[in-house]
Amino acid sequence: MRNFAYYPGCSGLGTSMEYDKSTRAVCKALGINLMDIDDWSCCGSTPAHTVDHLLSSALSGRNLALAEEMEAEAMITPCPSCLSNLKGTVHRLSDRGFRHKVNNLLEMPVQRTMPVKSVLQILDEEVGSRELADRLPEKPLHGLKVATYYGCIMNRPPEVMQFDDHEHPMAMDRLMQALGAQVLPFPLKVECCGASFGIPRKDVVANLSGRLLDTAQALGAHAMVTACPLCQMNLDLRQGQAASVMGKEFNIPVFYYTQLIGVALGLPQKELGLSKLCVRPSIAFDAMRSNREQEPASKSAGKKKPKTKENS
Amino acid sequence: MKIGVFVCHCGSNIAGTVDTARVAKAAMEFPEVTFASDTMYACSEPGQDAIVEAIREKGLDGVVVASCTPRMHEPTFRRTVERAGLNRYMFEMANIREHVSWIGKDMEANTNKAIDLTRIAAEKLRRNQPLHPKQFEINKRVLVVGGGVAGIQAALDCADGDREVVLVEKSSTIGGKMAKLDKTFPTVDCSSCILGPKMVDVAQHPKITLYAMSEVEEIGGYVGNFEVKIRKKPAYVNWDLCTGCGLCMEKCPAKKSTDYFNERLGKTTAINIPFPQAIPKKAVIDPDFCRKFTKGKCDVCAKLCPTKAVDFEQQEEFVTEQVGAIVAATGYDVFDISKYGEYGGGRLPDVITSLQYERLLSASGPTGGHVKRPSDGREPKTVVFVQCVGSRDKSVGRPYCSGFCCMYTAKQAILTKDHIPDSDSYVFYMDIRAPGKMYDEFTRRAMEEYGTQYVRGRVSMIYPKGDKYVVRGADTLLGTQVEMEADLVVLAAGAEAAVGAPQLAEKLRISYDTYGFYMESHPKLRPVETNTAGVYLAGACQGPKDIPASVAQGSAAASKVLAMFAKDKLENDPVISMVDINRCIGCGKCIQVCPFGAVKEVDFRGQPKAEVIETVCQGCGICTATCPQGAIQLSHFTDNQILAEVNALCQP
Amino acid sequence: MEVVDIHASSDHEFIARVEEESRQNVRLCYQCGNCTAGCPYTFVYDIPVSQIMRLLQAGQKQKILSSKSIWLCATCESCTTRCPNEIDVALIMDVLRHMARREGYVSEQKVKKFWDSFLDSVEKHGRVFEMGLLTRYITRTGRIWTDVDLAPKMLPKGKLSLRPHRIEGRDKVAQIFKRFREEADK
Repeated sequence: MRNFAYYPGCSGLGTSMEYDKSTRAVCKALGINLMDIDDWSCCGSTPAHTVDHLLSSALSGRNLALAEEMEAEAMITPCPSCLSNLKGTVHRLSDRGFRHKVNNLLEMPVQRTMPVKSVLQILDEEVGSRELADRLPEKPLHGLKVATYYGCIMNRPPEVMQFDDHEHPMAMDRLMQALGAQVLPFPLKVECCGASFGIPRKDVVANLSGRLLDTAQALGAHAMVTACPLCQMNLDLRQGQAASVMGKEFNIPVFYYTQLIGVALGLPQKELGLSKLCVRPSIAFDAMRSNREQEPASKSAGKKKPKTKENS
Repeated sequence: MKIGVFVCHCGSNIAGTVDTARVAKAAMEFPEVTFASDTMYACSEPGQDAIVEAIREKGLDGVVVASCTPRMHEPTFRRTVERAGLNRYMFEMANIREHVSWIGKDMEANTNKAIDLTRIAAEKLRRNQPLHPKQFEINKRVLVVGGGVAGIQAALDCADGDREVVLVEKSSTIGGKMAKLDKTFPTVDCSSCILGPKMVDVAQHPKITLYAMSEVEEIGGYVGNFEVKIRKKPAYVNWDLCTGCGLCMEKCPAKKSTDYFNERLGKTTAINIPFPQAIPKKAVIDPDFCRKFTKGKCDVCAKLCPTKAVDFEQQEEFVTEQVGAIVAATGYDVFDISKYGEYGGGRLPDVITSLQYERLLSASGPTGGHVKRPSDGREPKTVVFVQCVGSRDKSVGRPYCSGFCCMYTAKQAILTKDHIPDSDSYVFYMDIRAPGKMYDEFTRRAMEEYGTQYVRGRVSMIYPKGDKYVVRGADTLLGTQVEMEADLVVLAAGAEAAVGAPQLAEKLRISYDTYGFYMESHPKLRPVETNTAGVYLAGACQGPKDIPASVAQGSAAASKVLAMFAKDKLENDPVISMVDINRCIGCGKCIQVCPFGAVKEVDFRGQPKAEVIETVCQGCGICTATCPQGAIQLSHFTDNQILAEVNALCQP
Repeated sequence: MEVVDIHASSDHEFIARVEEESRQNVRLCYQCGNCTAGCPYTFVYDIPVSQIMRLLQAGQKQKILSSKSIWLCATCESCTTRCPNEIDVALIMDVLRHMARREGYVSEQKVKKFWDSFLDSVEKHGRVFEMGLLTRYITRTGRIWTDVDLAPKMLPKGKLSLRPHRIEGRDKVAQIFKRFREEADK
């Protein structure tokens, strides 16, 4: 078992609890041991770094220091914003003067001994799409057309995030392909969805997420796949608002990639939180089935359907 | 000895931070110095005349000039003392400009340092010996490496100057990048129409030997006497028999061969002649695609060829040529656009490079000169040109300007309007660089007469939408983001050093800069010479440049070669190593460390000894530092001379 | 439109301060517009980001700090990633935002209040209590009807935690804020 210090992030307790649940379920199934960081606190996310970098680094720093006490290979988190703050802090702490100031605000100083990565990176590098594909020879998501959306900060800026190509990342694409899904050439993989402006300026999110949904729809996507709580919320919860602003209709379920991996692996529905999704996931699975039916018989023979039964 | 010391003011360059009068005064106290003065400009005519006069009147037998760097004026002053009757090596320079006055403003510290440097120069001079260069024969033949327009011009000029030329070109035809162009700016001349006659002249000139499909394998020797080993790559066609009729191309069944001449647009046959005006017009087989090579059977071309020229067994051949001078004219290559992930990373079929677009425009190109989208063959109605792709961009390691892209983009926009009158062209630019004759007027024509819309701002992203492409850029003059849909996007890819340039430079023993462009002797005053005697540069291999500049450099390099060949013999630089046979123990270390292969082992009364090949030695001194016995010494920089300087400096 | 005395009106101290805090050299910018070209938020900015850079080079402090743009930047890193001169533009926008806050320029009140509500929640509980955050925000801004259309989607699914997740070390987190303020006052 590979041991990792797990930092869930605040939204994992609320608006993105299905991401946290499905992440835990999938990691368990794939042999990645997540050890919760005891008494972790908020990293500060966007609000902290817009106020001051010292505050932001201190809030993140507290958690880095806690993780460093653990016997783990790395500190991993599913949320790109947390990742950006934690990794950004490690980066900034290389300046001695700044490190001194940050540690002054903390109970425990940060040693910078533990690498910080995303759960996606761990699944891609430690498990890999090849192993995942080998586990799923029946290609359970065959026929499902997905648009993979990584969000703006998962891979940028490349000097800090150091994972995957920053214009055309492929980690999620590979994992989805391993499940048998058809990954569409979605051109706006790293284009911002509106981030944390949902509450104060929902017009911004409606526009930006609307464009993403429109592009996915034009490509014929059955679903979008994300790896970020904010992206998922903007595209899913606010899909109606986006539709109004764009003057179109959208019916595109937005999954977390861990949910689809879980579905493919046959994990129980309640561990994946599919019922938490606003746009009904069944829309995607129905489209997947009818896509299969349209294929010549020889191709779809022997392909099993996913084992879970999702609530509508 | 009677040494004269001359301390130069260099206007205020030196005198501004060094008390030159004090330096001269201090110099009078040095051993064997009998004359010292300070002068305004030592290198000027009156300055030099003063030195000559002092030598004659005071009976000086050695001169120290404390002034600028020897790289500037050592040759000048050596000639000065020679004019006054001294051996030119009885002269030393102390650099009190680049090494003293230009570093800091502390007058006291600077003057003291200047005095020290002058002191050690005088100490060395006390141990100098007169040196006499030797003369050697020159082989008055020239090797030109690279058959693009610069190489062609250099070859023709040398051959017209009645010298034999060996022209080596790595691809199967000469013409280089210019042969790929449709039209040339600013005259919109047809490129192959103006280059063609020159190419034919090369083929027919009695003094030019052309080796196409060949590369330089090894170079030995020295200026005036180079020995060059050339590798002739197999074309799998006997070029003595091939007439260039093209029948083989018509019938070859392997039609999916990569078309390198057409910049990988479209496919060609495995046996092909790249374009109709190719020189030499001979067929070449690409073994990566030819079915005889990949599958073991197919003999269509061999059977069809009327002269039975196809030879699948052909091997590479080596030839050796002796030449006296070499001109490197290896050109450039186009920046790899796949480095711009935001423009599709080279994966989008209708986002192409300018050179690819040039092939689309050309009548001998893959679409017969009809501008068609590579993806679906439709004629584009909206074409977007993006400038500065891989130029002026630190983030991809190309901070320099490639110099010709603004011009060729304007040309391509004009040609697009000619080809497709109802099309709209947009050019996204940062600046317009149009410095040549009629250049700026040409770019204005594109805007004023041909209706090209120039938008000032870079492009951040290009992505497909349906069957078009969304181009997202900025118009900084309007102060806004702009977005538009294009049918075809042409990226003005920048110039970079040709593939294989650094490796060739190593063989030529010339330097290259961090980008792989060859280094000239002096960027202003010696643009076509290198620091290696006998090797010259011409064209884009020295730095990105357009056709007129390349042709000018081709002629310039030829003039340097012809000037060198105008003498019957060359003089070698006598600052070379010499072996004291009595001290040499024959250990062979100097032979091993010499980077030029200038030391050889000889037999002296049954014992091995080292001997320096005087014409090859470059005077680097590595052997001197290596020899455990101090037997091999670099003349003019012997151990004793250098130790004298150190002792003079380290006085208590 | 006013005529700018480009020499006299340039606030050199301001430029130096921004360069120091962001560790960037603003003279590297050659105004290519790539940042504006790629910025997804340009459509709501009052001043496009490349013009913010130009105003910064020209030392026009007032104009920059009173802009809406610096509050609407999401730090999506498109500009930083694609700048040909490798300038971290997003970081400069963040620094300008810090300065605007410190000097009392707030042109997008709702955005600031949202972020303040978020941080208040963190300070109090150690983690973000989303319901509390919303309540605070609504109280501060008076926007009762904001996103009320989303309530039916979120509440039945239990996506809005109604009770805060208080951590043991919340006083440690509060300490961070306290010490930070003390440092800032110095």
